[in-house]
Amino acid sequence: MNKMTLKTEGDRYVVVKRRFAASPEAVYRAHTEPELVRQWMLGPEGWTMPVCISEAKPGGKIRFEWTDGKGNGFYLTGEYVELNPYNKIVHIERMHLPDPTPDNHVETRFDADGRATLMTMRMTLPDEKTRAAMLATGMEYGMEASYLRLERLIETEAAKNASASAR
Amino acid sequence: MFDLDTTFAALADPTRRAILARLALGEATVMELVKPFELTQPAISQHLKVLEHAGLIARRVDGTKRPCRLAKQGVEEIDQWLAMLRKALAKNYDRLDEVLAQIEPAEKAKKGRREK
Repeated sequence: MNKMTLKTEGDRYVVVKRRFAASPEAVYRAHTEPELVRQWMLGPEGWTMPVCISEAKPGGKIRFEWTDGKGNGFYLTGEYVELNPYNKIVHIERMHLPDPTPDNHVETRFDADGRATLMTMRMTLPDEKTRAAMLATGMEYGMEASYLRLERLIETEAAKNASASAR
Repeated sequence: MFDLDTTFAALADPTRRAILARLALGEATVMELVKPFELTQPAISQHLKVLEHAGLIARRVDGTKRPCRLAKQGVEEIDQWLAMLRKALAKNYDRLDEVLAQIEPAEKAKKGRREK
C-alpha cells in the first residue's frame, strides 16, 4: 500500500510516488522543518545530518550536510522557489561531491488521499557525468549500508523477543 | 563510456522501446523488424542508429545483413543508477513513516502504547 514507485518521464525527469499514513500538513512539515528533515533524509544507514538549514519561504536557503562520523561527508545546497502549504514545494538543489552537480529542479506535491497523503515528487535527471559520480558514490556507501541495515534488523528482532519474554 | 543523456533520449521514443522489447526476445535483422512495426526500412534503420549510438543495441556483420541485439551494458547502467536512487529514497521514506507517526500519533495510539 505504501510502496514507492519511481519512473522516468521522457528523457529529463524522474517521478517518485509514495503514500504516507499522515495528513498532507504533517508530510509537508516533515519536508520543510529542519528538526524533522534531519531525522529521515539520511540516505544509507549510519549517516547523520549535523547541519540542516531549511528556510521555508520563496528564495529561502537550503543546506544539508551529511557525515558518516568517520570523516566522510558531502553536502547539498539549494533554494526554495515556491511554497504552497501544505500542498506543494518547488525547489532547486545541487549536490557537492565536492564539485557541484548541475541544478536539479524538484517539484513535490502532497495530495490528500482519504486519511493519508499521496506524495508525488518530480525531479530533473542529472547529466551523465553527475549520474556517474552519484553512482560511484552510492555504490561505495550502499554496500556498507546493507550490512548496517542487516545489523539493525537483527537487533530489532532481538529486542522484540526480549520484551516479549519479559511480559 | 557512452552518454547516459543520449541513452535516456533514445528510450523516450515508444517505437524504440518496442524495438528493444522485440530484441529482448532475440537477435533480429532490419527486415525482420520492418514487418511487425509497419514502418519503412529507412525509418527502422534510423531508430536502430539512435539505439546503437546510445549504446542500447549492438550490431554484427553477417554477409549483407547486420543483425541487431540488445547491448546489455547500456541497459544495465541506467538501471543501476535508478536502482541506487530508488534504494536511497525508499530508505528515507521508511524513516519518514516513523517521523510522521511521532507528529501524528493518532494511528499508533489506537494500537496501544508501550509500557516502560
